[in-house]
Amino acid sequence: MIRNIPDSPAEQSSATRRLSMTEALRDALRVAMRADPSVFLLGEDLGVPGGFGGGFTVTLGLSEEFGHERVMDTPISEIAIVGAAIGAAMMGMRPVAEMQYGDFVFCAMDQVVNQAAKMHYMSNGQVKVPLVLRLPVGASGRGAQHGQCTEAYFLHTPGLKVVCPSTPYDAKGLLLAAIRDDNPVVFLEHKLLYGAKGGRKEKTSLDPMGEVPAGDYEVPLGTVAVRRPGSHLTILANMLMTHRTLTAAERLAAEGIEAEVIDVRSLVPLDLETIRASVARTGRVLIVEEDNLSGGWGAEVAARLGETSFDDLDAPITRVAAPDTPLPCAAALESVYVPSVERITDTARRLVQE
Amino acid sequence: MSPDRPLTPQQLLDVYRRMVLIRRYEDHLYLLFLKGQVPGTLHQCQGQEAVAVGVCAVLRADDVIFSTHRPVGHLLAKGASLKGVSAEIWGKAAAGGKGGQMHLAAVEVGAMPSNAIVGANVPIAVGAALAFKLRREDRVAVSFFGDGAANIGALHEGINLAAVKDAPVVFVCENNLYAASTHIAQSLRVTDIADRAAAYGIPGQVVDGMDVLAVHQSALEAVERARSGGGPTLLEYKTYRFKGHSRGDAGNYRSKEEFERWRQRDPVDLFRRRLLDEYQQSERDLEAIERACQADIEEAVAFTVASPEPLAAECFRHVFAD
Ligand SMILES: Cc1ncc(C[n+]2csc(CCOP(=O)(O)OP(=O)(O)O)c2C)c(N)n1
Ligand SMILES: [Mg+2]
Repeated sequence: MIRNIPDSPAEQSSATRRLSMTEALRDALRVAMRADPSVFLLGEDLGVPGGFGGGFTVTLGLSEEFGHERVMDTPISEIAIVGAAIGAAMMGMRPVAEMQYGDFVFCAMDQVVNQAAKMHYMSNGQVKVPLVLRLPVGASGRGAQHGQCTEAYFLHTPGLKVVCPSTPYDAKGLLLAAIRDDNPVVFLEHKLLYGAKGGRKEKTSLDPMGEVPAGDYEVPLGTVAVRRPGSHLTILANMLMTHRTLTAAERLAAEGIEAEVIDVRSLVPLDLETIRASVARTGRVLIVEEDNLSGGWGAEVAARLGETSFDDLDAPITRVAAPDTPLPCAAALESVYVPSVERITDTARRLVQE
Repeated sequence: MSPDRPLTPQQLLDVYRRMVLIRRYEDHLYLLFLKGQVPGTLHQCQGQEAVAVGVCAVLRADDVIFSTHRPVGHLLAKGASLKGVSAEIWGKAAAGGKGGQMHLAAVEVGAMPSNAIVGANVPIAVGAALAFKLRREDRVAVSFFGDGAANIGALHEGINLAAVKDAPVVFVCENNLYAASTHIAQSLRVTDIADRAAAYGIPGQVVDGMDVLAVHQSALEAVERARSGGGPTLLEYKTYRFKGHSRGDAGNYRSKEEFERWRQRDPVDLFRRRLLDEYQQSERDLEAIERACQADIEEAVAFTVASPEPLAAECFRHVFAD
């Protein structure tokens, strides 16, 4: 199969359209399913006529094109959804399983951690588990069981790849790459980035729109994206935090502080080289994550940079993260919990002045 | 066996009052939601009042219930205050603001924190029942769950454990035919979830969930069985939700005919008619109840809306018990 892997939409020869994240994800599923009959979807409320198209409308319209066998609606049975995806993947299918909210993956954690992640290893490479597990994450006014950013749990589990797009272009390209990867890939989608068009609009959502090629392309797993060059400090972020960080970077620029913003769109594998090269130039690192502070991906990246980039650092590696509390529901508290543009800006400013 | 104890006129009116309170509260909430005045998410129970009230009416104050993402009916039926429920829904300081609409709790009346993970409350209710049994207390735990929850692994493990331990718990399945947009026919090969009781070796019963007196009678038997050491029961109530699954859901996966058919069997209307025709209650008394409920609701909600938001420090409280 010929794969077109452009570095930017500009290099893509086919036409591009302005899409929301939801539309881009749907487009990726459509492209993958048209190209490869082994790709199928399973999850709750994915293809019910008159229904929702999954938790956040990503699969809306797909059962009309691909039928109810390949857009497989399941009972509310997260263990069976993930377990069946594993079994089908072992038999050579490429299932894309959806948890209606990422939080529900904890119901299926044995299947993810003890089964999917270890199957290839324990069998001495005899079987592969090429599945994608789509998890809508992020705080959106629904409280502690409907808004966690869960990447850290998977980062800690060898055998799982973990990706987390923040733009429509990456969403499509990473999802296509994830589907074709021969490993279980945990694919995080932020609820506030899905977008209004073609989707169910979240109240406080950002709705990033972006140019997305119409055809088939992949964004390779294991890459980061430098979203903004800068010389004074390096800020690492993912998903919603990438967007808040870019806004913070504009404010900082007005003050004469140039932040290099790196979107860590793939946590496993992690492109530490690009991050290290940036740190070597700036000497300062701020990590921004929506997950709780303790044991998050930021802690892991900080530890690695401490080991490998110590001599390049002019200041302590600093993190902005959610506090070590469950996610509170009330808007007045959620806004305290989720890192804000102000918090990112203030912390970055202090870090540069250190 | 069947403790066929008719309700006293006072009890009948109290049952009606609770049903009206739930219906009117949910309708009031819906009205405010349409005006954009309700924060967060919303899962409403209009149509299912008879189950909540019929079951909770047979419980003692020290019995406990475990509810779901659709908790308002259960909470109000168990005696939670309108202000307490409202404060949690609006995320106000009085409630803390940490839980939200899916996490209502009124522990003082035996309503344990409701659960937004489908099916998760089933083994937890079993644990509560086992605690009662271990301590030789004659209390009972109730787990409310939907038809959709019937396919969650935790539910099977919980019911089976309760069965082999004769735990004093009652499993209340509110079969409203849909799990979100998914019709029960797409997720189950049996028509009656109560059929599964046989596989756990416990009694199961299918009951008309729109008839509050039928609910009451079946719950009475199950609760007495649990309380007297007879073990758990699986009760399945056939019911229907009149609103969408959650806020903004127009319910396009349901047919108008189906909806109208169930609307004809509105549990509040049905019981009202019976109170007038069969139990010789007066229109005047029923109207007085309705007016009082409406006034209480409007007062509680207005009070809540005007009450203070939580302070930032609230985010950090209660992570651990001191
Ligand atoms: C484990 C889990 N999976 C999925 C969901 C998303 N979800 C919330 S309510 C619901 C439908 C529940 O249906 P049912 O149990 O019949 O209860 P009802 O909503 O009809 O009251 C779903 C799928 C969830 N909250 N938890
Ligand atoms: Mg249901």
